Amino acid sequence: MAKKTKKASTVRSGQRNPATTVRGPKPVYDKVRLPETDQGTIVFRTDPLVVKDHYEIDYIHSYAEDSPFFRGLVEGKLLGSECTGCGYRFATPRAYCMECNAPTRWMELPHEGRVHTWTTCYFGSEAFLKDTPFNLALIEFEGVNTLLLARLVGATEQEIHVGMPVKARFRRLAQFKPTDVYFVPSEKA
Amino acid sequence: MRPVYMISGGITKFTKAEPRKSFRVLVKEALDYAMRDCPRLTRDHMDGTVVSYFSDHFTRQLKAGVMAVDMCGLVPKPTIRVEGGGATGGLCFQEAWRHIASGWMDCVVALGFETMSHVATWKGNEFIALASDTNFDYPVGGFYTGYYAMMVVRHMHEFGTTVEQLARVSVKNHRNALHNKWAQHHYDITIEDVLRSPMVAYPLKMLDICTMSDGAACAILASEAVAEKVCDHPVRILGVGMGSDAMRMADRPHGPVILLKHEDPSWYKGLKYPGVHSFRAGRTACKMAYEKAGIEDPREDLDFVELHDAYTSSEIQTYEDMGLCRYGEGGKFIDAGHPELTGRIPVNPSGGLIACGHPVGATGLMQAVFAFWQCQGTIAKHNDGDGFIQVKQQRGLGRRRLRGAIHSHAGTGTYVTVSILESTS
Repeated sequence: MAKKTKKASTVRSGQRNPATTVRGPKPVYDKVRLPETDQGTIVFRTDPLVVKDHYEIDYIHSYAEDSPFFRGLVEGKLLGSECTGCGYRFATPRAYCMECNAPTRWMELPHEGRVHTWTTCYFGSEAFLKDTPFNLALIEFEGVNTLLLARLVGATEQEIHVGMPVKARFRRLAQFKPTDVYFVPSEKA
Repeated sequence: MRPVYMISGGITKFTKAEPRKSFRVLVKEALDYAMRDCPRLTRDHMDGTVVSYFSDHFTRQLKAGVMAVDMCGLVPKPTIRVEGGGATGGLCFQEAWRHIASGWMDCVVALGFETMSHVATWKGNEFIALASDTNFDYPVGGFYTGYYAMMVVRHMHEFGTTVEQLARVSVKNHRNALHNKWAQHHYDITIEDVLRSPMVAYPLKMLDICTMSDGAACAILASEAVAEKVCDHPVRILGVGMGSDAMRMADRPHGPVILLKHEDPSWYKGLKYPGVHSFRAGRTACKMAYEKAGIEDPREDLDFVELHDAYTSSEIQTYEDMGLCRYGEGGKFIDAGHPELTGRIPVNPSGGLIACGHPVGATGLMQAVFAFWQCQGTIAKHNDGDGFIQVKQQRGLGRRRLRGAIHSHAGTGTYVTVSILESTS
């Protein structure tokens, strides 16, 4: 700990000259101050001042009453919902019926269906830009009243058409996401 | 319910990015414009506010509404935030209407904004896609243009709608906006320009889709007593209607058409409705608004429409939901030129979302402001003297007052509002 302040001329010469050494203030360590860090901020422009502001979060997300659907995908089962009141058959999990609001029960969907409508995405949300181009399709199933949204793999924009027969495939290593099931053209299955 | 009037409105010029002003100041500037246009109106008349903004993600500021109200000098008066996706602005307008129609307040300020430039475009698309089912739809490839693309592919399959017809909507709205100084985009484009623009999600291309914007809008509503006192040309809100539908498009039913008064069930034999080709919420909102406003046949009883054309395809779908033509005939409707400025019923004379921009929470109020100016006959006054897009009274219909509808829509048709405005002079 340096207790003496050196004059500039002394520093330049690299020699200590006792005659020019003076006593200065002592360093203070108990002053209240925020610690300085090297965590700077990325600045895009200064007028107006525009900076990078990072935000990230992990949720403890429960699939709650829809959990059996995601567990079913691991076993190669596609679960929809059948209304216990009016018998309406949904191709998606939903605890209560949209039509009569009675509770539903799980039912297994066929693995074969048809393309009700579709698109090929060449752009997308940031999270899916890496996947582009990719196909989205709403799948219809015989004897089921509503549709299921899924990726359609193995066909190009030029090949896909409304009414195209498709077949469900399941990821071997589940991610517990709705993309654990996807569809491929039946002839390629 | 007592009569409600719109007595003034204001907007900021919508723009891709306005980093020099925060949402508070944008909102304040929209209110200032409205107050300058109605000089006898003071803050003392204002009983409260309703504020609309869509996504907390864009602002990264919860309770932003009260910060805007504070900047407008309207605290400690009552205020409430309204949110419903793309229809947020339309819902805000109707919430203000309810405040007055119910007799609770005599003058309410509806304020809306969105500052979408705070994230990059594709991150913004992610935020918007979080307004789809995050368990079942978003993880599959959440992208609103993709959702609307699937809807129009089905519309094309059912009814033979073509990409040229979609392009025609873009050309019409962009051309109208050439005469609207408030619009974000002033493009003089052709059908070929639209068809040649980059594909985003088949069959929707860049020029079929609205862009993200920063902007704010304000609509001031009042009871008859306040309107008479402070406003020279109040515009009557004749009726409002709303509708809703399931978040997941996949869950929409395939049943019979909900009929408007002038429609015949024989028109729709064998048509499964709404499926994913039509918006049941839009039809429900229209049916209610038309009934409240005493509209028998919208083709005869409306002089113009400002509707939510986030996509060219949704404009065509909405012609049908609103009963401007039959279901399935939306493509032919634009081909025939009916929604052009010079057509049977001008649709989006302002240029709509496609040309004006879509700062979500402000959009529905922007439509209200344009419709208000249309009904007042003051478009030129607010547009540097250019009255090209001013709609004229339809002749020979036995009515004297200009009447229009505004239609605000949340993706994929989950919330829709329709409000009917009519001139009082």
